[in-house]
Amino acid sequence: MMRRTVIMVFAALLMLAAPQPMAASGHDGDSFSPKELVMEHLADSYEWHIVTVKGHELTVPLPVIVRSSTGWHIFSSNKICHGGSYNGLYIAHEGKYKDKIVEDVGGQQRRPLDLSLTKTACGAIFSMLVVMILFLVAARAYKKRDEVDYCPRGLAGLLEWLIDSIMGSVIKPCVGHNYRKFAPYLLTAFFFIFITNLLGLIPIFPGGANVTGNISVTLFMAVMTMLAVNLFGSKHYYKEIFWPDVPLFLKAIPLMPVIELVGIITKPFALMMRLFANIFAGHSIILSLCCMIFLTAHMGAALNGSMTVVALLFMIFMNCLELLVAFLQAYVFTMLSAVFIGLAQEH
Amino acid sequence: MGLLTPSAGLLFWMTIAFGVVFFILAKFAFPVILGSVEKREKYIDTQLDAARAAEARIAGLEEEGKQIIADAERERVNILKDAAASRDKIVGDARETAAEEAARIIAEAKKQAGEEKEAILASARGEVAMIAMQMATKILRGQMDDAQAQKTLQEILAGEVQN
Repeated sequence: MMRRTVIMVFAALLMLAAPQPMAASGHDGDSFSPKELVMEHLADSYEWHIVTVKGHELTVPLPVIVRSSTGWHIFSSNKICHGGSYNGLYIAHEGKYKDKIVEDVGGQQRRPLDLSLTKTACGAIFSMLVVMILFLVAARAYKKRDEVDYCPRGLAGLLEWLIDSIMGSVIKPCVGHNYRKFAPYLLTAFFFIFITNLLGLIPIFPGGANVTGNISVTLFMAVMTMLAVNLFGSKHYYKEIFWPDVPLFLKAIPLMPVIELVGIITKPFALMMRLFANIFAGHSIILSLCCMIFLTAHMGAALNGSMTVVALLFMIFMNCLELLVAFLQAYVFTMLSAVFIGLAQEH
Repeated sequence: MGLLTPSAGLLFWMTIAFGVVFFILAKFAFPVILGSVEKREKYIDTQLDAARAAEARIAGLEEEGKQIIADAERERVNILKDAAASRDKIVGDARETAAEEAARIIAEAKKQAGEEKEAILASARGEVAMIAMQMATKILRGQMDDAQAQKTLQEILAGEVQN
């Protein structure tokens, strides 16, 4: 935690420092804004921007699925992404719904029901596909031969090692004797988060999307854990919440049940925030370090050259650290989910 | 703040994607892999047990072999001891019997010899007496021709008898 705090502070300092050279370089017409660049990457978008070559943007347009006041609309995002409007729908550039699809109804900006396959959604679906293909291919290797004959090799061997270590070190000890029932969920959650984190570190399409650093994704994962904990909770677990073994006056007010009910929410909330903040911070630090190179571009060759080297070294270090974090956060999420599930089971 | 507001669309797609992947993996991938790992674990355990049992059996057999060898050795020593004892006994017995027999034979021989000697002596005495009688008869016949001689003899005999 200490290391993460240091990194967060460092990132914050970098972000604070960013506007000054930008302001200095602002007058010569070059408007490179690291804050905008980093935020643009971290936020969700309707198209998948790959690279900008000499002012020409190379993007992958994604489908926009919207139910507005005029009904369902499905269209490509390049119809509205660069200032266009389609059937009265356009992307707001300021206000409450900045960078979101809105429509004007009665002179007021209104947000329609937006089920667009955004960059984050596509990133999530892509890593789900990767996870699914990896495991189905591995499972096929088992079906093909007698499993007691040889140890599995290749992909199946790698995945078996990972699954076995997660099963042995996290799921079995944390969930308890009922672990079989929850193993598929916990393993899916672990590998989804792990693979997504790793794909997020690859800067080239279709990697590099900020998926697990998006609050909606981590919210979804946290809700899944909350459901797994509370839908399969034992009688004992619910008795502890509504009628715990404490003096009667604590239940009559009812102080303890309220605290316990809050606990139902705070546990997944902590899961959600931890994963979100860690991956979000990792992406922003790496991007900020990258921005350092371009921020110093106007400060002379010596400064720019040395800062490039420094930034590169830091980026290599951060990428190594993020590899660790990618595993660690998936591990921590799975472990805490397993612990919460285990606490709600019979013992 | 936009970054901290969850979006409905993303939650919707996450639900679909995660739901589908979870369902497929939970049905087709994880049971196969986990089941296979478990089966292999059990297989390895049973094989280890079997190996341990075989090792124990081999150790038992070795022990048994040693036992058999030791028993045989003891048996051999016993048999040799018995043989020596019975040999000594037989020899001793034989010696004793032979001595007894010899003593008996000697005794018998002695007795027989005594008896024979007696018989010989008795017959010899008879013979001698007969010869003496004949000789005396012959002598007497020769000398009894005259009365003098008869008288002298009578006197001699009477003197002898008196003695």
